[in-house]
Amino acid sequence: MSDNTVQATRFLKGGEFLIRDVSSDEVFIPEDFNEEQRMMAEATTEFIEKEVIPERERFEKKDYDFTLSLMKKAGELGLLGISVAEEYGGLGMDFNTSMLVCDRISGVSGSLSTAYGAHTGIGTLPISLYGTEEQKKKYLPKLATGEWMGAYCLTEPGAGSDANSGKSKAELTADGKHYKINGQKIWISNAGFANLFIVFARIEDDKYLTGFIVERTFDGISFGEEENKLGIRASSTRQVFFNDCLVPVENLLGERNGGFKIAMNALNYGRIKLAVATLDAARRVLTHAVQYGNERKQFGQSITEFGAIQQKLADMATYTWVAESATYRAGQDIENHIARLKEEGASLSESKLKGVEEYAIECAIMKVFASEVGSYVSDEGVQIYGGMGYSADAPMESAYRDVRIARIYEGTNEINRMHSVGMLLKKALKGELDLMSPAMKIGGELMEIPSFDTPDYSELFSEEKEILGKLKKSILMVAGKAVEKYAMQIEEEQELLMAAANMIIEVYAAESALLRAEKLSKQRGEEKTQTEIDMTRLFLYRAVENVGRAGREAIYSFAEGDEQRMLLMGLKRFTKLQNPINVTETRRRIAKRVVEANRYPFTI
Amino acid sequence: MKVLVCISHVPDTTSKINFTSDNKEFDKNGVQFVINPYDEFGLTRAIWIKEKQGGTVTVLNVGKAETEPTLRKALAIGADDAIRIDAEPTDAFYVAQQIAAVVKENNYDLVIAGRESIDYNGGQVPGMLAALLKWPFVNGCMGLELDGNKASLIREIDGGKEKLSASLPLVIGGQKGLVEEKDLRIPNMRGIMSARTKPLNVKDATNGDHRTSVGNYEKPAPKSAVKMIDADNIEELVNLLHSEAKVI
Ligand SMILES: Cc1cc2nc3c(=O)[nH]c(=O)nc-3n(C[C@H](O)[C@H](O)[C@H](O)COP(=O)(O)OP(=O)(O)OC[C@H]3O[C@@H](n4cnc5c(N)ncnc54)[C@H](O)[C@@H]3O)c2cc1C
Repeated sequence: MSDNTVQATRFLKGGEFLIRDVSSDEVFIPEDFNEEQRMMAEATTEFIEKEVIPERERFEKKDYDFTLSLMKKAGELGLLGISVAEEYGGLGMDFNTSMLVCDRISGVSGSLSTAYGAHTGIGTLPISLYGTEEQKKKYLPKLATGEWMGAYCLTEPGAGSDANSGKSKAELTADGKHYKINGQKIWISNAGFANLFIVFARIEDDKYLTGFIVERTFDGISFGEEENKLGIRASSTRQVFFNDCLVPVENLLGERNGGFKIAMNALNYGRIKLAVATLDAARRVLTHAVQYGNERKQFGQSITEFGAIQQKLADMATYTWVAESATYRAGQDIENHIARLKEEGASLSESKLKGVEEYAIECAIMKVFASEVGSYVSDEGVQIYGGMGYSADAPMESAYRDVRIARIYEGTNEINRMHSVGMLLKKALKGELDLMSPAMKIGGELMEIPSFDTPDYSELFSEEKEILGKLKKSILMVAGKAVEKYAMQIEEEQELLMAAANMIIEVYAAESALLRAEKLSKQRGEEKTQTEIDMTRLFLYRAVENVGRAGREAIYSFAEGDEQRMLLMGLKRFTKLQNPINVTETRRRIAKRVVEANRYPFTI
Repeated sequence: MKVLVCISHVPDTTSKINFTSDNKEFDKNGVQFVINPYDEFGLTRAIWIKEKQGGTVTVLNVGKAETEPTLRKALAIGADDAIRIDAEPTDAFYVAQQIAAVVKENNYDLVIAGRESIDYNGGQVPGMLAALLKWPFVNGCMGLELDGNKASLIREIDGGKEKLSASLPLVIGGQKGLVEEKDLRIPNMRGIMSARTKPLNVKDATNGDHRTSVGNYEKPAPKSAVKMIDADNIEELVNLLHSEAKVI
């Protein structure tokens, strides 16, 4: 075997984390970013601090022009072309660098975050991935520099989660030169100022949609009023109407009937980018919260001296740090796979497409996890501010409203939960991922008498790794039995799918945290990694509880009698903690670090 | 026009300042380093000169390898090349000697340093450098226009400004006013990528002498609590100033 094939068989495939462990040397951690990537991140933060924060209240006044002007400045700084290939006026940077920049530009306001995501992600990317040479040459340089703004029109009044059910039609004109598009799109981000729209419509009675590139100046396109929204108030969101809108045939994107695939692949990207886009908001909320809490005195002391507040700070810091660990881990897995495919001879767009598609499961679960972490963190941020948290004069209020959208767009969290489990099962069915044999083995293992030897846990995380392994087994056991019982009908058992997704999310997040803390402690010693080790253990504790609860709920609901007893016994064995951590002390130590630093202390 | 900009690598202004080794050394742990703000005004001005009149901008730092990211940031902002003199910048005269050696080799028309570095605030290097080179020196420089080899300068003086002219070559200690804060440049992504390929030359230190050495550092006493007194309650204020603060 050549070196290459060793490499090729060793990398962790999408979803494979459930059945195979990797060592911490093999995962990327945010601390691995190099100087150039850091400089890009710093420059992005400098842009936010200098150009955005001083005028941030304009976002809440629905100042769409402000958002547009920031996007133009972002374009001048090169922030809109990070992942566009150099030959089309972009920087051609790797995937995780584009994640890092997206992270830093998105933290201060959901309005800018959404405009950025809609433009670079779903607005520009479909052309990068599926465009013809002419389309790329014509449009990408304009989009990469911010001369033009992009938008993406998939959702319709009757077609949200069920995106392929859209009624918009595209009809070839008699002279064969144009498609005539008719239809109504809703909730279109950047619609107010976008120059270019990626539009999905159906040709004749095709099974799937087809994508088109539509310029704002084409005849027959008109717009609704700005929507009144809970948050992201300076993100332009409008309906877009197409009335006999004539689109030149050369503006068909990809293949006829291939639009749904484009939409889904753009969403894979969009999802992990959205995950990373919630991180800096969470960091900023935590920083504000601890700074306010350190200043705010009640009962003669700073409120951060109260255990009830410390508990919140510890969880906020931990979840944010865990989300950071998992998203960048997945991001680099994607980048590595893109590089691998390129090396094997695939074109750049093909490699990018397949690279992300391979990790579509991770993209979906990270979208869910990070958006829920963001919601949790901002909610507790409001709480730490008390009455001031409810005031629009303090930064918590808009953060709380802004983050809410992250659980809705790019596929709702329900859809993403079901999608992640669905994809796993599909991979198993196709034989790409052998979930069945490990699941079968567990049955046998449960019949055996457990070992009573006292294990040697002296090495850092040896016990935690064992626990993680057992959590993975819990998932395989519960999901395996469920699939056995329902076969393909499992799609109808959404509650079960939700439970399975929750278990999977907890495990991927906990494992990513553990690998990051382990890698860090190898680099700088355990002593200097104490908080990270604490956070890993705290999160693992949560994961054990959550996996146990979700697993039990599933087992109570689909199994009966002996089988139920057997499964519950197995789950109990797999979610039992031999040496539980002192949860309170662990949280206090983490909180102490946050309180002393007076900010989110883990700068990357 | 060949401009040399001296860049200090200093802790970010928001850093927590601590000392180690019996208060003899600054604790760099967890500290973020940046281009000295006074130098950044000078660097931006130098780039403007280059953009308007042509020429080159070289940035220089006396420091160990850890300062290279700061130099590369200056390259990303727009400098053409960088020099790092591989030495600990512990004494102003020593640093000035190191820079003077480089200047003598390279025929610069203008050397822009900051009026001081915000780490140790010595404020001596540019003056010493000018003396070693026997060049004119304008400190606290907040305005600079060049015309051929003549420079018109504005210097901040107590309560006002002084307008000066000088001939090149020249050393200035710059500050805000050379450009304004809004003129400072965020490095753009392309600039950052091109910094990778711009030259950063590392030079060995030449012989020089240390004329000072540090005993130790002391931090100011932490601020004590503030008592707020209602504006209507002058009597209580007087009372407290008398009985508690004991200043009247
Ligand atoms: C501010 C904002 C910006 C947006 N930007 C864009 C954009 O730029 N381009 C674009 O094309 N779209 C955009 N959207 C649309 C967004 O993607 C959709 O709103 C989202 O996909 C949900 O669709 P829906 O609103 O029709 O909700 P529905 O699909 O009606 O969902 C309602 C609820 O039912 C649940 N549900 C739906 N189907 C199922 C199912 N099969 N099983 C279980 N539960 C289900 C959902 O999870 C949700 O909780 C945006 C939306 C908003 C609010």
